[in-house]
Amino acid sequence: MSAVLLALCLAIALLLAVATLAAGNLLTAVIVLGAYSLVLSLLWAAMGAVDVAFTEATVGAGISTVLLLVALLHTSARRVAPVPVARWLGVAAAALLAAVLFWAAPDLPRFGDPASAPNRHVSPRYLEAGLAETGAPNIVTGVLGDYRGYDTLIETVVIFTAALGCWMLLSRRPG
Amino acid sequence: MIGGHDSVIVQTAVRLLLPWIRIFGLYVLFHGHSSPGGGFQGGVIFAASYIVLGLALGRRELERCAPERATLQWAAVGALVFFGVGVAALVGGGALLDYGSLPLPVPEGPALRAFGVLLIEIGVFLAVAASLTLIFVRLAKVAEEESA
Amino acid sequence: MSLDLSVLAGEAVYLVAFGLLALGIFALIAHGNLMKKVIGLTIFQTAVILFFVATSAKWQATLPIVPEAGAAGPAAGYMNPLPHALMLTAIVVMVATLGVALALLVRLHRRYGSFEEDDLLDRVE
Repeated sequence: MSAVLLALCLAIALLLAVATLAAGNLLTAVIVLGAYSLVLSLLWAAMGAVDVAFTEATVGAGISTVLLLVALLHTSARRVAPVPVARWLGVAAAALLAAVLFWAAPDLPRFGDPASAPNRHVSPRYLEAGLAETGAPNIVTGVLGDYRGYDTLIETVVIFTAALGCWMLLSRRPG
Repeated sequence: MIGGHDSVIVQTAVRLLLPWIRIFGLYVLFHGHSSPGGGFQGGVIFAASYIVLGLALGRRELERCAPERATLQWAAVGALVFFGVGVAALVGGGALLDYGSLPLPVPEGPALRAFGVLLIEIGVFLAVAASLTLIFVRLAKVAEEESA
Repeated sequence: MSLDLSVLAGEAVYLVAFGLLALGIFALIAHGNLMKKVIGLTIFQTAVILFFVATSAKWQATLPIVPEAGAAGPAAGYMNPLPHALMLTAIVVMVATLGVALALLVRLHRRYGSFEEDDLLDRVE
């Protein structure tokens, strides 16, 4: 894990997120969102989360961008009004959330610590006994399919429900 | 997109590439056991093959290759395959989704559990590929009706 | 110097995740355009995923794929696989909610002709 790569990806991702939301044209915003997803997937690959990076690159940078573009085909009026300055509620909510989280940040476990609380209880068992118990060298697949099989079952039902809902919402009757 | 791409180069290239994209999606599915990948990533790549078909060859061709009702049925089949493996484990005498008790002629132990994981990954692959294809086809069809 | 940069970059991951969360919430509430709200929601979801993946990282550790033959080595030599699996589910749910949100947006546009919140509120009456 290279600290320089992490810092670079973080800076670019933050810049792209601000650029997406500040864009005056919806088409620009969607394309920049695709770039943001790709940089984020690079960041996760740099942090060793290759399965998550693979999925984000295909789903976030690929499928999400295409779906947003297809939804944008409906309208030719793509200019977006700039954010009205009277939306103090948005600023207040964001500031409150940021204040609470930054106040809690020093109590988080140190980044990269192998003995931090999330890395201690059940995951060493997954890593050490994973191959022997599930037969899969890719521990993430073993966790997804075997140790946490119920989560994956319900997630499959969720994606099917989303497709069904989309189909029903956009049925042939106009209006 | 609605009428496909004008250039015959793009259309021919997409026609030639499609089987390879699908083979790669299947490879990612089957090799997810020992390398990064698995059912989700493979399913998304397979759905992407249909999306690129729609973008290059037009919506009529996409409607011919992936009719909406059939795609929805494939998505349901994927979810049912997953659940069916769980019920098969129940029938074999264990708990739901306990692959150690699947009634299959595979030796007990990690080999049987790995086979169970492969079966559910196939179910996930079908569900994810069909669902994403269906969402795209639906949104594209409405876009065509809007601009008509 | 290198150690300082590593510590700084590590803590910066959490802080950037919090910043993106605040940015997503701001976009969701303040923007009037529904598409921008959906984009803000996507940024919010990816920020949550970034936070969880950051808790699973370990210095001097490799991918959570153990060698098939031979000893696996201590657990501190591999990244924590549990948040990775949970975040895979989160990404798929993210695209599922995006699909349904876009279906709703498209249906609203078909009926009322606009993506802007104020226009829609006027035309609904």
